[in-house]
Amino acid sequence: MPHTAIRVEGLGKRYRLGEGALPYQTLREQIVRAAVQPVRRLGAVLRGGSTFTSRETFWALRDVSFEVSEGEVLGVVGRNGAGKTTLLKLLSRITEPTAGRAEIAGRVGSLLEVGTGFHPELTGRENVFLNGAILGMKRAETRAKFDRIVEFAEITRFIDTPVKFYSSGMYVRLAFSVAAHLEPHVLLIDEVLAVGDAAFQRKCLGQMENVAREGRTVLFVSHQLSAVRQLCSRAILIDGGRITGDGSVEDVIEQYLAATFEAAATPLAERTDRAGDDDFRFTAAGVFNRAGDPVSVIGSGEPVSFELSYSSGRERLANVAMAIHVEDLLGRRLFALATPFTGEDFSTLPPEGRIRCTLPSLPLVAGEYKTMLWCSVNGRLADRIYDALRFSVVDADVFGSGRSPNARHHGNFIVPHGWRVADGDAVLPPARAREVGAQ
Amino acid sequence: MTARALTVIAPRRGWVGVDFAELWAYRELLYFLVWRDVKVRYKQTILGASWAVLQPLLTMVVFTLFFGRLAKMPSDGLPYPLFSYAALVPWTFFATGLTAAAGSLVSGANLIRKIYFPRLLVPVAAVAAGGVDFAIAFAVLIGMVLVYGFVPGIAVLWLPLLALLALVTALGVGTWAAALNLQFRDVRYVVPFGVQLWLFATPIAYPSSLLSEPWRTLYAVNPMVGVVEGFRWALLGTATRPGPMIAVSAAAATLILVTGVLYFRRVERGFADLV
Repeated sequence: MPHTAIRVEGLGKRYRLGEGALPYQTLREQIVRAAVQPVRRLGAVLRGGSTFTSRETFWALRDVSFEVSEGEVLGVVGRNGAGKTTLLKLLSRITEPTAGRAEIAGRVGSLLEVGTGFHPELTGRENVFLNGAILGMKRAETRAKFDRIVEFAEITRFIDTPVKFYSSGMYVRLAFSVAAHLEPHVLLIDEVLAVGDAAFQRKCLGQMENVAREGRTVLFVSHQLSAVRQLCSRAILIDGGRITGDGSVEDVIEQYLAATFEAAATPLAERTDRAGDDDFRFTAAGVFNRAGDPVSVIGSGEPVSFELSYSSGRERLANVAMAIHVEDLLGRRLFALATPFTGEDFSTLPPEGRIRCTLPSLPLVAGEYKTMLWCSVNGRLADRIYDALRFSVVDADVFGSGRSPNARHHGNFIVPHGWRVADGDAVLPPARAREVGAQ
Repeated sequence: MTARALTVIAPRRGWVGVDFAELWAYRELLYFLVWRDVKVRYKQTILGASWAVLQPLLTMVVFTLFFGRLAKMPSDGLPYPLFSYAALVPWTFFATGLTAAAGSLVSGANLIRKIYFPRLLVPVAAVAAGGVDFAIAFAVLIGMVLVYGFVPGIAVLWLPLLALLALVTALGVGTWAAALNLQFRDVRYVVPFGVQLWLFATPIAYPSSLLSEPWRTLYAVNPMVGVVEGFRWALLGTATRPGPMIAVSAAAATLILVTGVLYFRRVERGFADLV
């Protein structure tokens, strides 16, 4: 019978929705807040209590219980905002739980980010020692492993160069390498394998497999289902802050995929996995092409509109801000469309209506994408839905050359550009960019 | 569960004491945090270590000109430059330490959000990093003392304790300011201003002997009064008999530190959610 390495009982974390948590704030909102806040806050501090003025709270994690045996590698899956990172932050003691209890046996190493504490002015060597200390390694231990760390990172020649001169690849390799040589009994990892180039990612994955084989207990949070599948034998699924699945990695991943498609297929009006007050709700969202027809597939570089329908309990909405975040299916945010950026000021809106956001040309390469919808009314979070709308982008020969970038080799974006050559020292005027989508 | 050390994670309520065993276990991290601060500071500035000396030295020049020469401020019978520099050395240590500590949680946000360690290390490291500057400025002070023909007596043995008193004061006020700064970013503006006022509320440009007893001893509830008068007495043999003042200052500094640390510990559980 294996020993228990992690035991979690009824763990919960409640956050207060402070106004400060809103990502888009106008100067006006900030000034109004600045005028009102000090008085309220001073009152709060004199009472010795919390300084949050908002009474709105939400449970990022609720009533979570599970056990992990020694030597087990447990995957944690779930969509963005489900509570995975909160769970990891609680277990690594970065933040305190509001309820429940957890016990971890043995030395704990947590890795929420690679290169925590790295300083650009310090050399690679200095950063290895600093980062080692931050991750909980003794100086003697770091010294003993130093050569292996540097060799693994493949930067032996540059180890005494300040890391500000490193390429981002070198930086990440060194940072991960330090972390990979951590030898705790229990290792908590969040998404860190999604760094570096493909070859290095494979190497990291290999290293992680070694860690797992050495009998260490690992809690592994990742969006990369392939990595979870490769490393873990068991997984738990978190949704809306609760554990909704626990079992073999294959079963849980299947359940997760089913849930995501189900959520995306549910009409927005019926979705319950949303945050915000009930005054405002997105009721539908759609993608429209140049002709104004609703579509689910759109060509790269084509004009596109996002249309959002909403309804509200109030007669009149004042001071509304909206945003659409476009993400790939792994949940990596690609870009944001937001009224505070464009300066659109929906100072009054009818209680029900539709809003359209138009892009002259969609800068995405072929692939599958999803969106997060966000809205605030009067500086308060009114509605937020992850994975609210999915759409596909197909290749559309945007440069008219018959060749276009793809996500695998060239990144997610299509950027208009042009090239030009000059003879010897002749003046080189800027090349004319080939208009994306102008074919 | 095995015999391995058990980490228990559960909500805490109310006031909590300081876990000294844990602080000790993390001493290497403290060392590295201080080391990083010092190293980066000297790497990023052109003048490097000379800043440590320039700051109090230039202030001394200005003070000597305006307070010493123009205002004819009394200086307990000492040459005015020496009188003010002996006070400015511990003062600069205190002021830099306090300012660094006050902003330390915000500038260390990255660490706090990503890794667990006793949060108290952050302001402690910020204050301690000023120790190198202090040592350099102090060496210059010793040089000045000898150049002016003073031979310090046995009282110099008090200096380490007086430096410790400056550190305790900086750390005490620093933990208060750091913890408050996370919740009220206004503290960022209050601190430099407060330090400026505090400079003039401390007998640096003038001697505390301007006050008569018992006000002079009472004046030492400002802990920097004890530090500054103590420094002059220990190094230059001023006849101010600062014993009672130092005692009052030490008591005040201890009170500030203890309350500051307790407040810090009370609110630290929310730090990662605030920074």
